[in-house]
Amino acid sequence: MNAVYLAQDPTLADFGRDPWWLVLIKIVFAFVFAVLATLLGVWFERRVVGYMQVRPGPNQVGPLGLLQTLADGLKMAFKEDILPRAADKVVFFFAPTISVICAVTALSVVPFGPMVSIFGHWTPLQVTDVSVAVLVLLACSSMGIYGIVLGGWASGSTYPLLGGLRSSAQMISYEVAMGLSIVAVFMTAGTMSTSGIVAAQGDATQLTLFGTDIPAPGWYAILLLPSFVIFFIATVGETNRAPFDLPEAESELVAGFMTEYSSLKFALFMLSEYVSMVTMSAVTTTLFLGGWRAPWPITLWEGANSGWWPMLWFFGKVIALVFVFVWLRGTLPRLRYDQFMRFGWKVLLPINLVWILVLSGLRSIEDWDTRGKLIAVGIPAGVLLLVTLLWPGRKPRPKVSVQEQVNNRPHGSFPLPPLDLQIPPSPRTRRVVAEREPANVTAGSESGEV
Amino acid sequence: MTTQTVLAAAGGVSGGEQVTFWILAPLALIGAIGMVAARNAVHSALWLVLTMLCLGVFYVLQAGPFIGMVQIIVYTGAIMMLFLFVLMLVGRDASDSLIETLRGQRAAAILLGLGFAGLVGGGVYRAMEGTTAAGLTQANAEGNVQGIARLLFTKYVFAFELTSALLITAAVGAMVLAHVERRKQDKMDQIATMKARFRPGNYPGPKPGPGVFATSSSVATPARLPDGRLSERSTPDILPVRELTAQETSLKGTEK
Repeated sequence: MNAVYLAQDPTLADFGRDPWWLVLIKIVFAFVFAVLATLLGVWFERRVVGYMQVRPGPNQVGPLGLLQTLADGLKMAFKEDILPRAADKVVFFFAPTISVICAVTALSVVPFGPMVSIFGHWTPLQVTDVSVAVLVLLACSSMGIYGIVLGGWASGSTYPLLGGLRSSAQMISYEVAMGLSIVAVFMTAGTMSTSGIVAAQGDATQLTLFGTDIPAPGWYAILLLPSFVIFFIATVGETNRAPFDLPEAESELVAGFMTEYSSLKFALFMLSEYVSMVTMSAVTTTLFLGGWRAPWPITLWEGANSGWWPMLWFFGKVIALVFVFVWLRGTLPRLRYDQFMRFGWKVLLPINLVWILVLSGLRSIEDWDTRGKLIAVGIPAGVLLLVTLLWPGRKPRPKVSVQEQVNNRPHGSFPLPPLDLQIPPSPRTRRVVAEREPANVTAGSESGEV
Repeated sequence: MTTQTVLAAAGGVSGGEQVTFWILAPLALIGAIGMVAARNAVHSALWLVLTMLCLGVFYVLQAGPFIGMVQIIVYTGAIMMLFLFVLMLVGRDASDSLIETLRGQRAAAILLGLGFAGLVGGGVYRAMEGTTAAGLTQANAEGNVQGIARLLFTKYVFAFELTSALLITAAVGAMVLAHVERRKQDKMDQIATMKARFRPGNYPGPKPGPGVFATSSSVATPARLPDGRLSERSTPDILPVRELTAQETSLKGTEK
């Protein structure tokens, strides 16, 4: 049993040794996870958004409405599949498939857990890992754009085309910010393999504060906070979720790239959107939230990071991130297109570059332990944050009263009603007041109750 | 994939690698031919994407996982996407016509293409003659990414920096040529726009829609003001104000 605790973290050498049936089981598991996550994710999103908007959400089909998505999916399969006359038939057919395949493939390099024993085989809970696994993730997300862009183009009408063009510009821009924030992770972890990055977040250092030992967090979400924030914002942009859902902005573009799609093809687009949301949450968990590793209070229990338990921590973190996605959708209004692009290129990108510069400067200082770096970075960062929060904004404009503004208007301007216009009470209002029963006012004012 | 990588690095060819090659190599060739032969510009770009993806997998097979992934991310994901962007903006009906504008162009192109292929093939053959493959074992000793990084930032750092300077210059030059900077005074904020709207002489309400009270719903038909005059404000500036003739307003027979 001793060996079990020693060899928890899989290394690259542990991959590629599984028999074919084990590989098949892992692949099927990843696929089923993606589909189930979609089924439950749609339900989860509708329930949570419903709660936020003070309404019940789907609650009729199955317990708590859990089977609502299944019912919707079945209904969608029986809908008429419409092929527009102006559509490019082959590309129109392939576009949703490309989207789904890319979204699901990305799950193959996500580590779900440490080494476990499956039917006597000692194997990591991950389909596969390569030395450039994070680049595989990036490649999948960049190929996923093709589905949306081609779907928009092949529909042969204006709104889908505009949606497709928007999405290509949007996803390329946000991929740059995303790639740059991963650079910080590479620099700190020293590897590009996902299992290696999870392992690198495991070794926590001990911080001694006021005589007590506190395990300093090894999560990159804390050590590399700016990268984490930028990465998460970029994933929201990359998955076309609100407030960045410009390719399918229903108030501007009907449904964007999926306007002409119906039946199962439409279902595939929906599937790919939710799968990529879950995949991106899983990737964020892996890169920044310690992957399958248990958070601090649980780690006091020795067996927290071994066996099948880590899968539970992993799913917990993924669900928390999906909740943030839903929360964003329930809270924030959609950005305008130019604001969105400006945010990506003029805010996220420069901050990221400066942060990478600062980080590499910090790393090049030798003879300095992680704890010292943490403190040295944490305090100035906090001060900087406070200063930016409290920094006075623009100079206040000199106040001009309304009367002065009116007097300053040039001669012959559009007529304005007088500012002190008294509106006589309507005779109808008086009648309504007179007909109402007199209110009971005896108890209120004198007893002092408020 | 790891074992394959190790094998390829050692110079051997595993069964998996052969199978992958014989599946993907014809696909890459089909993509290349399809790119040249496709009539539609977007289809042509998609065939090229197929070829590039196959090439990316070949790189991974040959113990170069980093360059393979970069091929997919940068070339397929970003550059081809920009190509598609431009092609879509041009319009989906921009198919090439088969009429040759230059006489004998096709024959000359085939001849020159074959000649070029012969030259390149001959050059590569002569260069590789007598050399034995060393494999990537030594280069990949401390990992593929680390090996590339070492070369890029030591031996080839000057060439690398020079290339990036060239690219940045090109990008900045394109921006300078294409970008029109407006003066700060010319930028209208919301307050200025509203003030201009309500300035004397400007009618602040919405423009009358074209075709209102007219015999046709055409954009070229101006709206009629209450006193019967035609309003020039209702039609776009590039269209002359005119009333359509009876023949123009009649149905064209295009309805089914």
